[in-house]
Amino acid sequence: MLSYFINGISLGSVYAIIALGYTMVYGIAKMLNFAHGDVIMIGGYMAFCSSAYLGWPVIPSVLFAIVVCTMLGIVIERLAYKPLRDASSLAVLITAIGVSYFLQNAALLIWSSNPKAFPNMVNLPGIVIGDIQISSVAIVTIIACIVIMIALTAFTTRTKLGKAMRAVSEDKGAAQLMGINVNATISMTFAIGSGLAAIAGVLLCSAYPTLMPTTGAMPGIKAFTAAVFGGIGSIPGAMLGGILLGIIEIFAKAYISTQLSDAIVFAVLIIVLIVKPTGLLGKKQAEKV
Amino acid sequence: MALLNVNDLHVYYGSIHAIKGVSFEVNEGEIVTLIGANGAGKSTTLNTVAGLLKPRSGEVTLNGKSLIGTPAHKMVSEGMALCPEGRRIFQQLTVRENLEMGAYTGDGSTLSSDLDKVYELFPRLKERYKQVAGTLSGGEQQMLAMGRALMSKPRILMLDEPSMGLAPILVEQIFETIKHLNSQGTTILLVEQNAQMALSVATRGYVLETGRVVTSGTGKELLHNDSVRKAYLGG
Repeated sequence: MLSYFINGISLGSVYAIIALGYTMVYGIAKMLNFAHGDVIMIGGYMAFCSSAYLGWPVIPSVLFAIVVCTMLGIVIERLAYKPLRDASSLAVLITAIGVSYFLQNAALLIWSSNPKAFPNMVNLPGIVIGDIQISSVAIVTIIACIVIMIALTAFTTRTKLGKAMRAVSEDKGAAQLMGINVNATISMTFAIGSGLAAIAGVLLCSAYPTLMPTTGAMPGIKAFTAAVFGGIGSIPGAMLGGILLGIIEIFAKAYISTQLSDAIVFAVLIIVLIVKPTGLLGKKQAEKV
Repeated sequence: MALLNVNDLHVYYGSIHAIKGVSFEVNEGEIVTLIGANGAGKSTTLNTVAGLLKPRSGEVTLNGKSLIGTPAHKMVSEGMALCPEGRRIFQQLTVRENLEMGAYTGDGSTLSSDLDKVYELFPRLKERYKQVAGTLSGGEQQMLAMGRALMSKPRILMLDEPSMGLAPILVEQIFETIKHLNSQGTTILLVEQNAQMALSVATRGYVLETGRVVTSGTGKELLHNDSVRKAYLGG
């Protein structure tokens, strides 16, 4: 029971880290970046290549994955989304889906569809408490999630750039009048989200070590669900939504049915959205004139 | 030479010719007001000067430097601050964070003394500095919007409808503040629908009608101009 709970939190932490990318980008660019899940996959491949082919140690491989994904995020935003800044949201959405397919097929071309066995990046002994075993991957994932949460909260509430990011997400025109470079801020948000996706990719592949070009798709959709569940645009909401989703999924798998677990996860989402359309922590925008 | 010079400005919204050759100037130390009815092009003119809209043609110079093509976020460093229509404060940020955003382009070395100056001007903001801005009353939000614009210590402060939606007593207060700021050396470009109030504080004024300047003169002249009285001051 407790071990399911910890596994749930661990899986949920991965969802939460991915969901942060969705929610931050949504908050600032008001778009759903459906290619986000595939950035996770690219992150996984980067860490895989640098450690399995080049023989790099763990930390440099992870840093390499983060750097590549950060740059990839900036490039995607610049080439695919920035030209559509004033286009309809539908056009942007379709473009995002296009970018997602592009990344998956590029990966297919480079690495083929054969699954790669992801090396264990967290090679530490697990913890045994009584008769419960907790894997080191689960512990590292949970710690990473907590650290990221604290760092992001500090960034958005304490630093000038972070406050500017919140200002841009609320009113781009007014932010410009303050002298804030809106394009640079959006770029930075994509960079942070994609860097987090790389971390999520490494953690995800360490827990479920088969790496394929479609690896990021399902976790991407689940994390998107988590972001909506928690209230899209809200950073604590993404965290809460991710962790709850992970716990629900693991318990559904353990006690109800492995096949039905995804259906149950999405059913819970539907119920939450019926009861509270803005998500758990989402705010209704009240306009004051 | 005028501090701000706007010459033959033409602005289009798609194919709609909104501003049809507006020219005006603001000298150092003046309060200049643009008045006119809804849709006359006052806000459009101001937003174009601030760089939020791109003109089709025309010239905007501040202190002799051409600003056409300068992106809006670089205008603050040029010494221009716009307090936009509808205030547009950051509702989810605190009062203090809003003011900090106003000083975004500064290096932070004068932040606390600049904050003190704004708090002195609007003591209400000091009382509420930790409060989320969306919870402020309309009048307080207007004070915050003005304080935020002042945080960059602009050479010219542009105010777009600062009296909109406020109770008469608050309107008085806002105009007192405008006069006070001006007496302290801030040059002000004021767009108002409340022509009576605007003209009574203004050094000079321009009357806009459907995208053109139709009359101009000193505040007093316009207050006593018959056609202006008829159209904007209720006879």
